[in-house]
Amino acid sequence: MKRMIRLTLGIALLGAGAVHAQGTLDAVQKKGFVQCGVNVGLAGFSQPDSRGAWKGLDVDVCRAIAAAVFGDANKVRYTPTTAVQRFPALQSGEVDVLVRNTTWTVTRDTSLGLNFVGVNYYDGQGFMVPKKLNVKSAKQLNGATVCVQPGTTTELNLSDYFRANRMTFKPVVIEKLEEVLNAYYSGRCDVFTTDVSGLVSTRGSRPNPADHLILPEVISKEPLGPAVRHGDDRWFDIVKWSLYAMIEAEEMGLTSKNIDQAGASKDPAVQRFIGATGDFGKMLGVDNKWAFNIIKQVGNYGESFEANLKPLGFDRGINELWTKGGIMYAPPLR
Amino acid sequence: MDEGRHHVRAPAPLRPAAPDSQKPRTRWSFNDPHVRALFYQAALLAAVAFVAWYFVSNTLRNLDERKIATGFAFLAREAGFEIGETSGFSYGAADTYLRALGIGLANTFRIAAVGVVLATILGTVLGLARLSRNWLIARLAAVYVEVMRNIPLLVQLFFWYTIISENLPGPKDALNPLPGLFLSNRGIAFPVLHYDPAQLWVLAALLVGAVIAWLLVSWAMRRQAATGEQFPALSVGLGTTLGLPLLVLLAVPHEIDRPELSGFNFIGGAAMTPEFAALLFGLVVYTAAFIAEIVRAGVLAVDRGQFEAAHALGLTRSRAMRLVILPQALRVIVPPMTSQYLNLTKNSSLAVAIGYPDLVSIANTTLNQTGQAIEGIAIIMLVYLSISLSISAFMNWYNRRVALKGARA
Repeated sequence: MKRMIRLTLGIALLGAGAVHAQGTLDAVQKKGFVQCGVNVGLAGFSQPDSRGAWKGLDVDVCRAIAAAVFGDANKVRYTPTTAVQRFPALQSGEVDVLVRNTTWTVTRDTSLGLNFVGVNYYDGQGFMVPKKLNVKSAKQLNGATVCVQPGTTTELNLSDYFRANRMTFKPVVIEKLEEVLNAYYSGRCDVFTTDVSGLVSTRGSRPNPADHLILPEVISKEPLGPAVRHGDDRWFDIVKWSLYAMIEAEEMGLTSKNIDQAGASKDPAVQRFIGATGDFGKMLGVDNKWAFNIIKQVGNYGESFEANLKPLGFDRGINELWTKGGIMYAPPLR
Repeated sequence: MDEGRHHVRAPAPLRPAAPDSQKPRTRWSFNDPHVRALFYQAALLAAVAFVAWYFVSNTLRNLDERKIATGFAFLAREAGFEIGETSGFSYGAADTYLRALGIGLANTFRIAAVGVVLATILGTVLGLARLSRNWLIARLAAVYVEVMRNIPLLVQLFFWYTIISENLPGPKDALNPLPGLFLSNRGIAFPVLHYDPAQLWVLAALLVGAVIAWLLVSWAMRRQAATGEQFPALSVGLGTTLGLPLLVLLAVPHEIDRPELSGFNFIGGAAMTPEFAALLFGLVVYTAAFIAEIVRAGVLAVDRGQFEAAHALGLTRSRAMRLVILPQALRVIVPPMTSQYLNLTKNSSLAVAIGYPDLVSIANTTLNQTGQAIEGIAIIMLVYLSISLSISAFMNWYNRRVALKGARA
């Protein structure tokens, strides 16, 4: 079935004609919603809640883009994609933007024909093991069987790490997150590896989280961020600044609660942000109140983190603002 | 075609303006069905060529516009990922994508070859069982066939995989039903012979044993033709084929390599992974149900009179089946059997769902790491097409061999 999907994607790419020549923004405005590629279900990043509404840090970026383009954060349709499906989905034009905890790398930026707009979560790859194995460090994993998803940077880092440390391992490679986790939890693998955020989120959403240990080694840099197709700078700008508006708002202290009162502020930066002065919206090709709409309807980056990741036990860590000791930093809105 | 030309000629004299009616056939008229047929065929060909050209050029332009890499140069680059099982070939993350795909292909071949053999055996037994005069056996076979071929294969694969990985213990408390044999959720670990060059003599003995058996069988057949006396050539032949190598094996070094638990897993011996086992079970159990029906249909297609005649000649039931019925049934069985073999091979690509690293699984990983989806899919299609056509060619050859001599297939 999945092969069929992928084949269809391939064929879509074969048939995709001049649609992209006219620009993604025009196409999005014409159809009336943003088609957003997300994870099939990763708690805290993108997962449908009990009423079927998508929630998460990545989902909030999708909503922010819709708020910027339409002034309505709900004008988003979600396409859940597996690790393997995500790039063809974006390349073929099936989705307008991919916000799927995807690592920014040079290969993806070049030969895959993608443009990463920035980073909405700084991550790194880690290992999770059952406590009963009595493993305290990744260095003790020689000979282990490791569950991993295919087509990820995780899969490559894993090989690199074991090669660099002269250890061997047996991979069990399954595409569907649910299936690969079943393999780990049934004991088919000794180790499950993915980004630490994924490990924390998985451990928290399964029974008996205390039985599993996330090893201290973080073996890679995984800057996760939204990506768009090459060759459409206008759309690239809109997605990029939708993300940065959320980060900038946190730094300026603007939240969904207080942004309505921001009009009274004497701070020229705030006045520019909410579109009372300046023409940033027009420059981007959207409404001048674009940033106001994002913060009003979605919230700033800190609010999104608080709502989606804090309950799962995530720490801000390096994802704290640069002013508070982290590395989250948005270029100035001016 | 002959008929067509006849039509062309007939109405010619009736044409209103026919000053050159002496040679009416040289005229190119659109009313001429022959010309019309040519025109339509040319038009169709042009349309197909145009569509193909449009898709190819459009794809290339789109890929180029989005600066997506094209071509097959990536095959020579380092793959950088590990593969769980390699069908006896050596492979490491430092090898190329091409080699990784080769390993995937070897894994596909391994599962298909073992699967086809086992499915044929199981299917034949079940098909004959369903024809059995024993009510219970026949009913059991019928139930098996109806249940197994009506459950989607993917569901069966998940079922077997779950059974193996959920129900078997971890390697530390592996089941040990026989000395050296370990069942755990890491698979089935079993002892193998430690390789020694002297063991090549065993192969030689096998060859000699087989030649003796062949001579024995042909002698027995000649004798039976001449005198009517029978000789149990088959069992004696089997004895020499297997017995001789066994004797030689006892004479040469034959150390046994036993699996042992070391660290996370078993070291030594050989192992069948849960992914391979689940895929093999699923494919064999599913395909055997279809093969059983083909075998049953083949046997039923042989006229009942053949059986009665064999019986009248004094042949036992099993002998009649083996010597009279099955050779005739094969003619009906072989063509549909070919499609079952093709199905099994193609279905092995469902491996991707349970993590067996077959060609599709490796190609998927490759196309995702390199971003070259079209090339990846093209490789998959090309390889499956070649495998399927090869199987077809072989089975057609075999079909011609078993077909009635002088009859046209």
